[in-house]
Amino acid sequence: MARAVTNRRKSVNTILAWIVGLVIFFPILWTILTSFKTEAQAISSPPVFLFFDWTLENYGVVQERSDYMRFLWNSVIIAGGSTLIGVIIAVPAAWSMAFVPSRRTKDILLWMLSTKMLPAVGVLYPIYLMFIRLGLLDTRTGLVIVVMLINLPIIVWMLYTYFREIPVDILEAARMDGASLKEEILHVLTPMAVPGIASTLLLNFILAWNEAFWTLNLTAAKAAPLTAFIASYSSPEGLFFAKLSAASTMAIAPILILGWFSQKQLVRGLTFGAVK
Amino acid sequence: MATQHSRSAARLMMAPAVILLLGWMLVPLMMTLWFSFRKYLPLRGGDQGFVGFDNFVRFITSSAFWPSVQTTLVIVGGVLLITIVLGVLLAILLDQPMWGQGVVRILVIAPFFVMPTVSALVWKNMFMDPVNGLFAHLWKAFGAEPIVWLSDASLFSIILIVSWQWLPFATLILLTAIQSLDSEQLEAAEMDGAPVFSRFVYIVLPHLSRAITIVILIQTIFLLSVFAEIFVTTGGAFGTRTLTYLIYQRVLESQNVGLGSAGGVYAIILANIVAAFLMRIVGKNLDA
Amino acid sequence: MYARNALRAATALCLVAGGGAFADTITVATVNNGDMIRMQGLTEDFTARTGHEVEWVTLEENVLRQRVTTDITTKGGQFDVMTIGMYETPIWGKNGWLIPLDDLSADYDVDDLLPAMRDGLSHDGTLYAAPFYGESSMIMYRKDLMEKAGLTMPDAPDWDFVAEAARAMTDKAGETYGICLRGKAGWGENMAFLTTLANSFGARWFDEDWKPQFDSPEWKAAIDFYLDLMADAGPPGASGNGFNENLSLFQQGKCGMWIDATVAASFVTNPDDSAVADKVGFALAPDDGKGKRANWLWAWALAIPAGTDNAEAATAFIEWATSKDYIELVAAKEGWANVPPGARTSLYENPNYKDIPFAEMTLDSIKAADPLDPTVDPVPYVGIQFVAIPEFAGIATQTGQEFSAALAGQQTADEALEKAQAITAEEMEAAGY
Repeated sequence: MARAVTNRRKSVNTILAWIVGLVIFFPILWTILTSFKTEAQAISSPPVFLFFDWTLENYGVVQERSDYMRFLWNSVIIAGGSTLIGVIIAVPAAWSMAFVPSRRTKDILLWMLSTKMLPAVGVLYPIYLMFIRLGLLDTRTGLVIVVMLINLPIIVWMLYTYFREIPVDILEAARMDGASLKEEILHVLTPMAVPGIASTLLLNFILAWNEAFWTLNLTAAKAAPLTAFIASYSSPEGLFFAKLSAASTMAIAPILILGWFSQKQLVRGLTFGAVK
Repeated sequence: MATQHSRSAARLMMAPAVILLLGWMLVPLMMTLWFSFRKYLPLRGGDQGFVGFDNFVRFITSSAFWPSVQTTLVIVGGVLLITIVLGVLLAILLDQPMWGQGVVRILVIAPFFVMPTVSALVWKNMFMDPVNGLFAHLWKAFGAEPIVWLSDASLFSIILIVSWQWLPFATLILLTAIQSLDSEQLEAAEMDGAPVFSRFVYIVLPHLSRAITIVILIQTIFLLSVFAEIFVTTGGAFGTRTLTYLIYQRVLESQNVGLGSAGGVYAIILANIVAAFLMRIVGKNLDA
Repeated sequence: MYARNALRAATALCLVAGGGAFADTITVATVNNGDMIRMQGLTEDFTARTGHEVEWVTLEENVLRQRVTTDITTKGGQFDVMTIGMYETPIWGKNGWLIPLDDLSADYDVDDLLPAMRDGLSHDGTLYAAPFYGESSMIMYRKDLMEKAGLTMPDAPDWDFVAEAARAMTDKAGETYGICLRGKAGWGENMAFLTTLANSFGARWFDEDWKPQFDSPEWKAAIDFYLDLMADAGPPGASGNGFNENLSLFQQGKCGMWIDATVAASFVTNPDDSAVADKVGFALAPDDGKGKRANWLWAWALAIPAGTDNAEAATAFIEWATSKDYIELVAAKEGWANVPPGARTSLYENPNYKDIPFAEMTLDSIKAADPLDPTVDPVPYVGIQFVAIPEFAGIATQTGQEFSAALAGQQTADEALEKAQAITAEEMEAAGY
C-alpha cells in the first residue's frame, strides 16, 4: 500500500519534473534543431519541430567562413589558463583565511567581492591604453590575466567556503603528530579539498568561457575566442536564423558537453558554504 | 590557537591574491577618477584638461540618470525575485524521488552554460520576434495578437532572459542546501499532521535562508553589470537603459570618456550602497 | 640553425623575385554584410596576386564600430585596414588618423569612383577611404500588390502617393503590410531614415548657429506623418525593425513597399532567398514637393589607420578590393547581380550590368543625393542622413530611442520631439558648441 503511494508520487514527480526541465531546456533544444534546418524552414509558419529535411549546410557555411577551431582553441586557453592560474593564486589565500582567520578576514573577503562590481565599460579606455603600452592587445596572455582577475574574487570565495568545512580537529591532530605546514597542506588538506577545488575550477571555467566584454574588446584576429565568433554571426543581412543557430550551437556545445559530464560534481560542489 | 608563525605564514599566503586584486581595483579606479575630472573627448583631440566637477554635475543632472538607476534596480530585483522563488520550487521538486533525475538536472542547469550573447540572440530572434518568433506563432495559434516583446514589454523581456540564465545557478545552490536538510525532521512533522505549507514555512525555508543569502549576494554582483542582454536586444531603448548601459553610451557612443568616467564613479557608489545593504543581511547569516 | 636561416633567406628571395615585394600579413576589420563575406571568400585571389596574407576580423556592425573606434582613438594599431563608413571617414581624416589615399596606382583609376562617393569619403579634397560599395535609398515595391490595389507607381513618387498606396495595399489579416520602414533605434537605423524623411519635409538637424531644430514644425510634420502611416500600414513590432528585419519581412512577401538601402535590391531579387524575387519594382525615394528627396548616401569604405607597419600591403589590399578587376572577379563567380554596387562609374556603363533591373534606379538615387547640400534650408554641416560631427552618433542613437518609443506607442510625437530636442541640446552643450 505504502509502496503504491510512493510509486504514484514518484510518477507525478517524474512527469512534473520532466515537463519543467524540458521547458527550461527548450530554447537550447530549439536552437540546436534550427541549426539543422534551411533558412526558409527556420522561419516557416507554422514552425516545424522534427519533420524537416535535416541538413548540415549551415555548419558547412559557418566553417567555411570562419576558422572555428582557432576560436575554440583561444576560448580553451583563455578560460582554462585564467581559471588555473586563478586557483593557484587563490588556494593559499583561501586557506589562510579559512584556517588562520583574523578579525579582518571577512572584510577582506567582502572587499574582494566588491571589486567585481566596477562597471567594466567605464574603464575600457584606461585598460585599453594600458594594454597598448604593455603590448598585451590581442594576446592570449593579456586575456588570461584580465579574465583571471575578474574571476579571482569568486574563486577565493568559493575555496574559502570549502576550506571552512574541513574540520579543524583533523588539522590539530595532524599538528600534534608533528606534521609540518607543508605536510599538513599536502597530505591532510588537499585530499579533502579536491572536490571543492574541482567544482571551483568548473564554475569559473564556465564563467570565463562566457565572459564577453573584455574578450571582445581586447582582441582582434589572433586571440579572439568564441564570443567574437558569435559577434560575426549576429544579425547579418538576410535570413540568418539557421546560420546563427549553427554558430550558437558550435559556441555552446563544448561547454554543454563539459557540463554534462561534470554535472554531478557541479551539483555537489556549488555550495558557496550554503550548507551548514 | 594560531601561532605567530602560522599567522605570518597566512599573511604571506594571502598576499598574492590581495595584492593582485588591490592592483586590479586601484589602477582602474584611479584612472576612472582621474578621467572623471577631465574633459576627455577621444574624437575631439583627446584629453583637454581639468574641468573640476563638470562631468559629475552633467552626468547626474542628465534626464537619463535617475531612470537608469531605477531600471538597474528593477532588473536586479526582478531577476532575484524570479530566480529565488522558482529556484526554491525547482529545488524542492528536483529533490523528490523520480525517474531520470540526473537527466532532468542537466536539462535544468543547461542555460547556465550558454553565453549571455548567445542566449540574448536566441531569445530575441527565435522567440520574441513579433513575426517569426515562436511566441508569435503560439499567440497566433490561440487567435491572439502577437506581443511585441522587446518594445511593449521590454523590461519584462530582459528580466525573463536574464532570469532564464540565472535560474540554474539559484536552483543548484538551493538544491544542495535542500539535500542537506534532515529528512527525519520533515517526516516527523508530516506524522504530526503539519500541513505542507507550514512544513515549508517553518522547516524548509529557515533551512534555506543561508543558501538564499548566498544566491542574492553572488547574483547581485553579476546582475548589476548586466550588459550583453541589453546590447543585443533593445540597445537601451524602451526604458531598458541601466546605469551600466548609460555609461557605455557616454563612453563609446558619445565618445565622452570624461563624462563616462564620472558615470563610472556613480556606478561604483551605487554598487557600494547595494553592497553595504547586502552585507548587512549577509553578514548576519554568514558569520565568519 | 645556420641552415634554417639560409633557407629562410632563400624563401624570402624567391618571394622577392616572384611577387616583387615581401609578403606581409595584414589584419582587416570588416562588417558581416554579404558583400564583405564574399570578399573574405575571395582572399586567395589577393594572396595569389600580391603574396600578402589576410587575417579577417569580421564583426557585427555595432561591435565593429565600437572596436575600431576604440582602436583608432587610442592608436592601438590592431588593424591594418578598417571598414568604416561615410560618417567616420571625414572626421577621422581630419584628425590625421588615416593615411591619405592620394598615390593610388594608375591602373586603379581613382577618377572612375562615383563623384558623390569620392566627395563623401574625402576631407578637404583628399580621399581617405576607398568605397567598397555605395548606396542610396529607394523604394522597393511589390508590382503585383500595387496592381491589385489598382495603382501605378511613378518613377519619382511623392509622399502622398506612397501613403495612399501603403494604406491600399495593407491587409493585416493576411499579414501583408503596405509599408515597412525602419523603427529600430540607432543613428544608422531609424534615424538614418527619419533624417531623410525630415529633409524632404523641409526640416534640418541644426540651424546655421548649431541650434537643434526638433522643435520646428517641419520635424513635427515629418514625425506625425511617419507615426500615422506606420500605425495604419506598418507591420507589428515595427519599433524593433531595422534593415535586417525589414529585409526578411520583404523577402517573405509581407511588405508592399520598403524604403531602404539600394543594396537591398540584390537581396530581394535573389530567388534563393526571396519569395517575391520576380515581383519587385523600384522607384526613387519620395519627396514632398520641396525640392529634396528622401534618399541618403552611404558607403562602406576601406581605410588604413595611420601608424600601421604594413601600409604598403594595406594599400595593395584596398586597391585590390575596390578595383575594377575585383568587380569582374565577383561577376565571374557569383553573377553580375552580386557585384558590390555604387562605387564606380564604369560599372554602370558596363553593358553586362545594364540588364540588372535595379542598376539604373540605384545610380539615379545616388545621383539625387548631395551630402554637401542635404536640406531645404541651409545647414552648417555635411552629410545627408547624418551630421558629420563626432557627437552625432551618440546624440542620434538616443533621439532614435525616443522616436522608437513613440512608434511603439509609449509616448506621443510631441513628447518624443521634446525629449529629442533636450537630449541634443544637452549633448551639444557638453561638446562645447
